Amino acid sequence: MANALLDLPKTARKGEVIKITTLVSHLMETGYRREISGAVIPRLIIHTFTCRYDGEEVFRAELFPAMAANPLIAFSTIATKSGPISFTWVDDAGITLTESVDLVVTD
Amino acid sequence: MLRLRIILTFLLGVVPGGAITRADDIAPKDRRSGFDMMSAETQAMQKNDLANPAMLWVREGEALWSTPPEGGGQACSGCHGEARISMKGVAARYPVFDASAGTAIDLAGKIQQCQVERQKASPWPRESKPLLSMSSYVGLQSRGTSIVPAHYKGTTEAASRGKALFNRRVGQLNLSCANCHDDNWGQKLGSAVIPQGHPTGYPIYRLEWQGMGSLQRRMRNCMTGVRAEPYAYGAPEWIELELYLMQRAAGLTLETPAVRP
Repeated sequence: MANALLDLPKTARKGEVIKITTLVSHLMETGYRREISGAVIPRLIIHTFTCRYDGEEVFRAELFPAMAANPLIAFSTIATKSGPISFTWVDDAGITLTESVDLVVTD
Repeated sequence: MLRLRIILTFLLGVVPGGAITRADDIAPKDRRSGFDMMSAETQAMQKNDLANPAMLWVREGEALWSTPPEGGGQACSGCHGEARISMKGVAARYPVFDASAGTAIDLAGKIQQCQVERQKASPWPRESKPLLSMSSYVGLQSRGTSIVPAHYKGTTEAASRGKALFNRRVGQLNLSCANCHDDNWGQKLGSAVIPQGHPTGYPIYRLEWQGMGSLQRRMRNCMTGVRAEPYAYGAPEWIELELYLMQRAAGLTLETPAVRP
């Protein structure tokens, strides 16, 4: 897992619905493919994605082998207070990628 | 009617010396990027830098630009400074004639040459992630500029060899590039629209690949599609074909890094 692209506003009005789009670089090896020798290529996918807003979990997704490589996840949340929005991706190898963006909420 | 025409094309194609009146080259006013023939969803993906998966490679290339190679050489930025300035327009004119190589060279080949001769490092292999990343980062600096192929002695000869390759029938299906991309663009091959085959956005993120690939990878796909043996990565035939394709696409806008279905 190398890097991620995040599309969300830096500022929002209180009560506003904000759209968040995340795109992460990952091979998402399904575990169903074989090498030329016949050996199964082991599964290596991101299995969990979590979004926390000021420490509180607001979105979580479980991912499965049918997901394409470099998964794009889009969702929305309501801007309530200023604080960090953090994103966490965890894959089968136990590698965790975390990114964080500060959101400023105005009244 | 269309089906009959396709069957006829294939039948005539396998008759030795079967006469097919080949359409002329595509006139400049009719030249269209494959972008125009994609679905609105795929176009939107390419147009938004935060939804275009190719930007993941671009970001990696950007990081590599200022990373010194192993062995103590200078980073790309050490000589070339800011890519935004020094690399603007570069991808729009490659391949070029390279005096030290004594032959035409493509952008990926030039990056490899720089690694060996200037950075005293081992080159990234063709189609490796760092080479694709660097090519797409350099390519991005020319996004929006017009394709202006180089015309020098050496490239002109190589480009005419490329044109001959483009028009030469190959493989068990006995088809040339021109049979589809000059004569039948806009029609369907299965469910897919046949594009004109302009190299406007390489390296591309191809949805079918779920990853990034070079023009050579794309052309290898076509060659195996007509059941011909593809040239090896980095072979001079690819550079000659790319030279001809860039002349054929002159005036179109560079889109690197593009998304294709």
